Amino acid sequence: MSGRTTIPFGPQHPVLPEPLHLDLVTENETVVEAIPSIGFIHRGLEGLVEKKDFLDFVYIAERVCGICSFIHGLTYCMAVEEIMKVEVPPRANYLRLIWSELSRIHSHLMWMGFTADAFGFENLFMNAWRLREKVLDIIEETTGGRVIFGSCKVGGVRRDIPDEDLKVIVKKLETYKRDIREITNVFISDSSVKHRFVGVGVLEKEEAYALGTVGPTLRASGVAQDTRELGYAAYGDIDLEPVVEKAGDCYARCLVRIREIFASIDMIRQAAGKIPAGPVEVKVSGTPDGEFFARAEQPRGEVIYYAKADGDKFLKRLRIRTPTFANIPAMVKILKGCELADVPVLVLTIDPCISCAER
Amino acid sequence: MGEEQRTEIITKDDLVKKVSELKADGFRLVQIGCTRMEDIEVNYSFDRAHSFLNLRLAVPREGAELPSISGIYWNAFLYENEMHDLFGISVKDIAVDYEGNFYRMAVKTPFNPPPGGGEGEGKT
Repeated sequence: MSGRTTIPFGPQHPVLPEPLHLDLVTENETVVEAIPSIGFIHRGLEGLVEKKDFLDFVYIAERVCGICSFIHGLTYCMAVEEIMKVEVPPRANYLRLIWSELSRIHSHLMWMGFTADAFGFENLFMNAWRLREKVLDIIEETTGGRVIFGSCKVGGVRRDIPDEDLKVIVKKLETYKRDIREITNVFISDSSVKHRFVGVGVLEKEEAYALGTVGPTLRASGVAQDTRELGYAAYGDIDLEPVVEKAGDCYARCLVRIREIFASIDMIRQAAGKIPAGPVEVKVSGTPDGEFFARAEQPRGEVIYYAKADGDKFLKRLRIRTPTFANIPAMVKILKGCELADVPVLVLTIDPCISCAER
Repeated sequence: MGEEQRTEIITKDDLVKKVSELKADGFRLVQIGCTRMEDIEVNYSFDRAHSFLNLRLAVPREGAELPSISGIYWNAFLYENEMHDLFGISVKDIAVDYEGNFYRMAVKTPFNPPPGGGEGEGKT
């Protein structure tokens, strides 16, 4: 048979926790074209900035996403602070780094669970999420929230973490490393996992860069680009090396996330060892007047918050470019030519967050 | 404090040429975004090794038309469909044109409501 068939994938699909639709044009079992559709849950949150006081909008920014919520709030604060020339206290910057990396660890563990579930490895899924719970417990102990932290504000952070507690957190994470390694070894070595990952969905280095890909999806194709190198929060004070793999396939994207979990634990250890004493917030007075593109590295890659203000308490414009939005072209490219049975796993290896994309 | 960011003001006629030059110089397209002012301000943002560059142009709020840059940066098709659906800017020759169906919304061009369209309606 040489005829083409268009198969709808989503918006409701067992592997998709959020609505994304793909029209998969297939020839026999091969996908020859994938046309994505989003917009099922577009919330227009950017527009709310015209109605909410710029100091209160942090709460909304955090609610763009339920996974990397803290980093959304942080990036928004960074944009406003840059416009208003607010100097955030060093201790607050270290705390921002620590909560950002805790977000990355739980996000990557969550991804591992979703992906294990997608290829039918239920036990691996449950173990990945069991470990994620432990990280969420740390977040809850330090912020009071598990999903929405509510700890970032324009001018610093709302809560401090006492030095003694930081030592306990570092110790806990060190012990979790052994458990995490146990399950990541399954992703790395298990033949059934490798069968689904190795050589599947290859995205070449040049193509990944040209498509504007970001985050682990880009770094798995050999491009050493990580927004944390800009040195925002306290990233400029610690040793940071982008995690890079070269193969560009599903396996490489998995390896990057696994290595980033351990890199994040190390960054938290470094930050906890260097965090200076002092206040965690400064008083912010006045209203913003100016514009800035704030950039930060979320678990899925670079996020952009463009804020423009004209001296009013409401911002003139807030534009959010999320990493999932930037990675949709890469997803479309890797789906082209793949086997129909590989589509769910391929979609998940870019770690799509539709909530982010539909801000 | 934050990174240094450059903004270059260009005209609609310069857009494709400028973007082609940036592509040849190894820049990646970071985003395209619009801001409703008296006109609509369109920002094309690029990055190369953490060096951030912004091309900015203005188009009228009504009947705006821009050439597509998706022939140079294929990933631009997402942003161009977005600026069509949210701001009503007509972008010519988009690589993948959703023809107004990129976002499913009850209100057309919510970030750039037509005159008399009502304040509340346009600010969702």
